[in-house]
Amino acid sequence: MQDHPILNELEELRKKGLESLQVVQDELGLQNWKVANLGRSAPMTQIFSQMKTVSAEVRPLVGERVNQVKKEFEAALEEHAAAIKQAMLNKSLTSDAVDISLPGRRPAHGRLHPQTKMLREIYRIFGDMGFQVYRARDVETDEYNFELLNIPAYHPARDMWDTFYTTKPGVILRTHTSPGQVHVMREYCPEPIRVILPGMCYRYEQISARSEIQFHQVEGIMVGKHVTMGDMKGTLTDFARRLFGANARTRLRPSYFPFTEPSGEMDVECFVCHGAGCQVCKNSGWLEILGCGMIHPTVLRNGGYDPSVYSGFAFGMGPERISMLRNQINDIRNFWANDVRFLEQFS
Amino acid sequence: MKIPLSWLKDYVDIDLPLDQLARLLTMAGLEVDEIHTIGLPIPHSDHSEFKFSGLEWDREKIVVAQIDEVMPHPNADRLVLCKLKDGTGEYIVLTGAPNLYPYKGQGPLAQPIKVAYAKEGAVLYDGHAAGLELTTLKRAKIRGVESFSMVCSEKELGISEEHEGIIFLEPDAPTGMPLVDYIGDAVFEISILPNMIRNACVIGVAREVAALTGKTLKKPVPTHKATGPSLKGKIGIKITSPQLNPRFAVGMISNCQHAESPYKIQRRLRLAGMRPINALVDATNYVMLETGQPLHAFDYDVLVKRVKGGVPTIITRTAAEGEKLTTLDNVERTLKDYTVLVCDTEGALSVAGVMGGLESEITESTKTVLLEGAAWNFINIRKTMSYLKLNSEASFRFARGIHPELCPEAIQLCLDRMAEWTGGEIYSDLVDEYPLPAKDPMVTVTTNDVTRWLGIDLTADKIASLLRPLEFVCTVKGNAVEVKTPPYRLDIGEEIIGVADVMEEIARMYGYDAIPATRLSDEMPPQRNNPSLEREEMVRDLLVKFGLQETISYRMTSPEREARWLQPVDKSAIDLDYVTLQNPIAVDRRVMRRSVMASVLETLQKNIRLSNRLMLFEIGQAYLPQKDNILPTEPRQLAIALSGRRETPAWDKKDNNTLDFFDLKGILEELAEGLHLEKVSFTPTTADGFHPGKCASFTCGDVTLGVFGEIHPLVKERFDFLQAPVLAADIDLEALLNVIPPLMTTSPVPLYPPVLEDIALTVDEAVPAGKVEALIRQTGGKNLVDIRLFDIFRSIQIGAGKKSLAYSLTYQAPDRTLTDQEVAQIRGRIVKRLDQELGAKLRA
Repeated sequence: MQDHPILNELEELRKKGLESLQVVQDELGLQNWKVANLGRSAPMTQIFSQMKTVSAEVRPLVGERVNQVKKEFEAALEEHAAAIKQAMLNKSLTSDAVDISLPGRRPAHGRLHPQTKMLREIYRIFGDMGFQVYRARDVETDEYNFELLNIPAYHPARDMWDTFYTTKPGVILRTHTSPGQVHVMREYCPEPIRVILPGMCYRYEQISARSEIQFHQVEGIMVGKHVTMGDMKGTLTDFARRLFGANARTRLRPSYFPFTEPSGEMDVECFVCHGAGCQVCKNSGWLEILGCGMIHPTVLRNGGYDPSVYSGFAFGMGPERISMLRNQINDIRNFWANDVRFLEQFS
Repeated sequence: MKIPLSWLKDYVDIDLPLDQLARLLTMAGLEVDEIHTIGLPIPHSDHSEFKFSGLEWDREKIVVAQIDEVMPHPNADRLVLCKLKDGTGEYIVLTGAPNLYPYKGQGPLAQPIKVAYAKEGAVLYDGHAAGLELTTLKRAKIRGVESFSMVCSEKELGISEEHEGIIFLEPDAPTGMPLVDYIGDAVFEISILPNMIRNACVIGVAREVAALTGKTLKKPVPTHKATGPSLKGKIGIKITSPQLNPRFAVGMISNCQHAESPYKIQRRLRLAGMRPINALVDATNYVMLETGQPLHAFDYDVLVKRVKGGVPTIITRTAAEGEKLTTLDNVERTLKDYTVLVCDTEGALSVAGVMGGLESEITESTKTVLLEGAAWNFINIRKTMSYLKLNSEASFRFARGIHPELCPEAIQLCLDRMAEWTGGEIYSDLVDEYPLPAKDPMVTVTTNDVTRWLGIDLTADKIASLLRPLEFVCTVKGNAVEVKTPPYRLDIGEEIIGVADVMEEIARMYGYDAIPATRLSDEMPPQRNNPSLEREEMVRDLLVKFGLQETISYRMTSPEREARWLQPVDKSAIDLDYVTLQNPIAVDRRVMRRSVMASVLETLQKNIRLSNRLMLFEIGQAYLPQKDNILPTEPRQLAIALSGRRETPAWDKKDNNTLDFFDLKGILEELAEGLHLEKVSFTPTTADGFHPGKCASFTCGDVTLGVFGEIHPLVKERFDFLQAPVLAADIDLEALLNVIPPLMTTSPVPLYPPVLEDIALTVDEAVPAGKVEALIRQTGGKNLVDIRLFDIFRSIQIGAGKKSLAYSLTYQAPDRTLTDQEVAQIRGRIVKRLDQELGAKLRA
């Protein structure tokens, strides 16, 4: 009974089926194998049609055996499918590897001009101290640029500014942002004032690596009934620390400007050599960053404030100079030359 | 101003190291730019704070020596052998110094010549090199005679450029003394602030040092008795304008012998930057450097000769317009009617306070010197010197204001030096006209003033004690100090201005460093927004976000440069009104720009060959002259220029498409959205400079914000641009900023799903897509929430002169899900309307 030909045939089918599964290597092969071995027209399924020819006592045995083989096939198929999936995954992981040394795709983006960034930094610091931005015109009268700032014609202080004159008498290009001081005082008087005055200034100079005919200046002015030179020192020291670092050392030394009295200049310890002396600070250990002083009584008066009641301070700085120091730019001509190879460095 | 330390020490005791002295001066407003040492050691420290230069003299190897005999060299005419003692022994030293030739072969000298002697191994400058080259003295054989040391010239020691002859030291120089102890020095190069001309002299600096260190100022006193006759009746003085010439004083010395000034004086003059001439001239220069009072010496005999033996009269007056005078630099000067002259009855002698005339100058044969010390109006002097372009040591000082009180003292000191150096006899008195005495303001400073200005509390006594060393006369009255300005300075004003001026002196003497830094405690002013700036910055940020590079250009240009953009292609020239400079730095920077667009196109041109993709913008002022105002308007403009590839090429991107009209339009659309502008529209237009078929105006409501498009091919040629199109947008920034709404509003997030649908319409080629879209939007109503053109298609099937526009439509209602029926209804309306108005047909 055990060697009934139909059982032998079944055994033959089992062996062949499992053998043929072993050579299947992909999804399609698995499908085909499944149809060939477990499908409706598979030989194994055909065996049921031969059941009539099998004696009744063997019949349950054959039926049981067919089911066993079917289960075995299904299990083998599942196992083999899993193996193939794993093999395919392994293969794809290997073949999909990229050359990570190829350059990345960078998002396109624009850039602000370095001096726009510099100005914004200055606005932000003074903004935090209550100073707001006030802007005035570039083409000015001699009156606002000089006379009202206590610099009469032929005053020796005029040597401090080489001026561009226009063909209209009394009309010049502002040599500093200081005329804005009088504009803002006349507009806000008798309110207290805390403003900064940024803008482009112009001086008749030979253009060189160190000097330009056009440059930014940021002026600041504070007017009130209780404003001292100590306040000026404190404000400017705080500014320097925020711009150059919390440990930046500063010093204030006397200087001269016709529109301030007393006048001073503030130096910050060279952040390149920390005071030891280097090329950047010309061996002095200090970098001059701004001019300042208590507003001259004449200027206060010209702005409408009574100098016996009000006092104030003013200061002015050159943002290009500060950028040059901070970014080690050795030629001031870079700023307005607009060479993209320079501008693109300020991302 | 160059101040030799040795000279300074004549008037004040100094025991500070060089760098500390420099710091003291700098922190008092006398900024030391450089310290040049002559022999003295240069301090070495981590924080020197100052720039040092110069040569250190070895104490052992460079000493004072004496030459006892000068002997001929056996084999060379141009060399001599010196018998020399240096305190340690006697040597034979070889030299070629021409100033020793006269002593050659005279046998032992009655008076030995004192010299600077350098021994083997000494480091010196090479006297024969062009610049300053260090060299170490080595043993050598010159023409058969062994040489291991030398006698030095000033150049070799770094004193001056002089190397024709060796230095002859004073006869009393101690043989064997290290040279550095005898004449070692340091020169402080000090920047003199415009209001500190009082310190442009050695006494001025010494006064500051004395005040800052608590030492006493030792002023020089004349030592020679004025034994000569009275000057009365020998000279007359007539001042025509006391305003221009407040004081004119003269002194006189006769029987002067032509001589050189002593070596020490010559050396000091050189160290201070002046050239020694002869004893008489040197005396005037020396006293000017010492006291700050410029002096002028006339040859009195020449003056007498001019008036044919009579008594000369000095007249000070303004010149006649066009009057001429040859100054002592041998240049004939044509003078203005405000130039003040020193004249005699025969004519002009010198330009007052600026430069002397050639005829009456001191010469080798001068015997009698009339010495002028005067005071001049500083504004007038400045006017004259800037007109004559003549900068002299005298005019530098007079143009900043020299106190008239200095005249007599300086004259007496100078006559004293002249007597000492030339053996002359000083006249017993001066002739002194002083019609307009200086005011020397008196101001009252209170302790309260000091607190209010400086933020420090000082007692009245303390205030007085800070000011007295500067020679202010102070009277303390309670909390007030009456401060009288000392008669050597003109920089202290009256009343509150004077208080401010004195306040600076108090702060300087107290020390700026000692004033405590305090935080602002005054009332906070009213806080205001600055929308004009804030919005400008918003535009910048948006454009940067869209990938544009900001530029900032020179605002000076030329009409020709701007014409490349501004001149219409069909006109040969334009005549625009510019803000024009009277003194431009160059012809191509002679006006202020009218167009920021022109600036940006120039920048594009400059970079076009450096980068394959440029997207630039600039925001800035243009300057437009006005008819009824001397000042121009300064409107801000925004200019954008694009050219080159749309995408930066990369290893996996081979797209060669160039930027075109729609890239620029997209930027403006996005800008408008970013600023939440409402009712923005783009209308075809033509404008100078633009391609007539690729140009549009950019408007918001009924406000035109600007024009943009591709630039005209002929304009492109003017700039020599490359093949790729150049896109430009010329925007009126002021207009743009004005239409930005202060607030933006949002719409609710939809709750119900949208219905999406595509429709394709065939229209005539001439129908603008914008019109189709506007009509769809209008007809679609509020439930048509989005319209997007996704394709334009042309083919024979559609027909020639036709195009198919394919739109993606999104329908959505805020309160329900739209039914297919509702959507079909809307679509039906749209198709019908498009057919009626534009003849558009729905494509199947």
